[in-house]
Amino acid sequence: MPLPKTRRKSRAKGVQFTLMVVGASGTGRTTFVNTLVESDLLEHKICDDPHATAMEEPVNIKPVNIELEEDGTRVSLTIVDTPGFGDNIDNDLAFQEIVNYLERQYDDILAEQSRIKRNPRFRDNRVHALLYFVPPTGHHLREIDIRLMQKLSHRVNVIPVIGRADSFTVSELKGFKKRIMEDIQHYDIPVYNFPYDVEEDDEETIEMNQELRALLPFAIISSEEEVNIDGEAVRARVYPWGVAQVDNPDHSDFTILRSAILGTHMYDLKSLTEEVLYETYRTEKLSKAVHGYDRESSILPEDLANQSVLIKEEQLRKEEEKLREIELRVQREINEKRQQLLAKEESLRNLESRLASQGSESALASPIPSSITSPGSPAPY
Amino acid sequence: MAEEIRAESYVGFDTITQQIEHKLLKRGFQFNVIAVGQTGMGKSTLINTIFASHLIDTKGRFASDEPVRQTTEIQAVSHVIVENGVKLRLNIVDTPGYGDQVNNEGCWDPIIKYIKDQHSAYLRKELTAMRDRYIQDTRIHCCLYFINPTGHSLRPVDVIVMKKLSEVVNVVPVIAKADSLTIEEREAFKIKIREELIYHNIRLYPFDTDEYDEEELQLNESIRNIIPFAIVGSETNVLIDGKSVRGRKNRWGVVNVEDPTHCEFVNLRDFLTRTHLQDLIETTAQIHYEAFRSKQLLALKEGVNQRPGAVATPQ
Repeated sequence: MPLPKTRRKSRAKGVQFTLMVVGASGTGRTTFVNTLVESDLLEHKICDDPHATAMEEPVNIKPVNIELEEDGTRVSLTIVDTPGFGDNIDNDLAFQEIVNYLERQYDDILAEQSRIKRNPRFRDNRVHALLYFVPPTGHHLREIDIRLMQKLSHRVNVIPVIGRADSFTVSELKGFKKRIMEDIQHYDIPVYNFPYDVEEDDEETIEMNQELRALLPFAIISSEEEVNIDGEAVRARVYPWGVAQVDNPDHSDFTILRSAILGTHMYDLKSLTEEVLYETYRTEKLSKAVHGYDRESSILPEDLANQSVLIKEEQLRKEEEKLREIELRVQREINEKRQQLLAKEESLRNLESRLASQGSESALASPIPSSITSPGSPAPY
Repeated sequence: MAEEIRAESYVGFDTITQQIEHKLLKRGFQFNVIAVGQTGMGKSTLINTIFASHLIDTKGRFASDEPVRQTTEIQAVSHVIVENGVKLRLNIVDTPGYGDQVNNEGCWDPIIKYIKDQHSAYLRKELTAMRDRYIQDTRIHCCLYFINPTGHSLRPVDVIVMKKLSEVVNVVPVIAKADSLTIEEREAFKIKIREELIYHNIRLYPFDTDEYDEEELQLNESIRNIIPFAIVGSETNVLIDGKSVRGRKNRWGVVNVEDPTHCEFVNLRDFLTRTHLQDLIETTAQIHYEAFRSKQLLALKEGVNQRPGAVATPQ
């Protein structure tokens, strides 16, 4: 776990914010993150080896840190990428891994808080927001989307986004967004929908939240490349029929999303995570410990251990199979060599008996060829 | 080898081509196509665009309360299109909900089974003692495989399914919704896909045989250099330079489906309908169906021989 950079006592420490991105490869996750932080933070999927790309991989959850400056505030941003999710034929395990990761961060802080001697440099890795990249099908949510968002939204603020929204016309996009939100309502998925209180909040806040809510799910187009438009360098994607601009709100919801999660709603997301989601988890976990049996469907640490054991067992089994194959092969080769040896000995014996029966005269007259007297030397194969 | 003779005066048997044409025009042609790919890839739209008619409806869920898990009910939709007196009987098979679940193990089995069932049905009709004069042909002549425009590479499921499909049907891969890829991304994607297809030994249509002449072989080669076709489909028209063309108007421009610099729809359409339509039908019968048929008949013979006291089939 990387420790935070050396604290400069003269400047305030940056705000810590952890953002997780989940979605199948090709939905624009990596490009989005790199566009968001304006650097090559994440590596794109490397597809040089056709053998590797056809292999199924487990999901690889890895956090990366970067320091940003947003409106004068320093943000210590942690991005948690999940490459490999949704690409396999069976994604059940990957599913579980993500939920486990979220809960493990809660477990860590729960353990830390209960310590007698606490670590002053303990790093809070709880995920404050999760961007779920819905593939741009244009229809409804798929089963995998619904199930995952349902499970995740109990542990983290889920914000659905449509990655790679390039292909949509204005009306198609509107229809798609509407259908997704209908599905979200129908399946009771508690996504983060920019909540506001009509009585407590002021006009401006209410309006802003209403606007943001109406844009859900955010349709984003990202690009790490810049093009020259009217003398200005603009982040965009160039097509034969036009140029899609990342920062143009008519083209992409990118700017709006960015200012929401890194600006206006960052604290809200953090406090919801710390005060509501974490507390819910804590209560569940502690009451389970008290009652001693599993009431909720959250995964126990034993099941977690079981799963990693299962993976290890699988690996062991595969290695064992390979070893067995090698064994069989070696056995076969040994048998073959033995047969050849026996055959040679047989022919040797025949030759010897023939020579013996022919009498000593022929034995003296013709010298025995060296190949017969040295049965150990193998003939060249 | 028989020597070619030139008759001393005009006989007139060269009109057999017109006689055949006349017969065929009356009978019409049968073409069966299946579209395989995840929901939302634009399968229905593409089919409708290729034949310039509204033939199939999109199979996505229309309401939130429709069940999410769809059994892949594979059904064919039949239409008859007439063009210049030529009747084309079309069977289109769509594959809804394929690959949408968390665990997609075996989601391709119903599709492979459907294709094999058509071969099986035809074989049964062919072996019947009193058979129809013209057996109704439901064998699939072409399988359009839709690849997600991720820009990365094929997914594990794509490799498995394309391999299995290529063993029973002519497979033509397309990159769906190619208007989300820039030209550079598209080219890089295609190169990766082709590498992977070669690596995994996936045999795609067109196949070269000795029967083809120089021109046809060259045509096949040029097709192989475009595969997979990067396509955009549209059933609506847009106005470009005063002309009404099929296209899509998105937020930063207008995609002209029929413009070869925008996408490869025209190449695919011409390939399927103007140059290789007859060949697709023929290779299905001569290669895929024949392979299925010989396997079945050999298995039948084995089965007969293994039964005790069975009558030996005459060699």
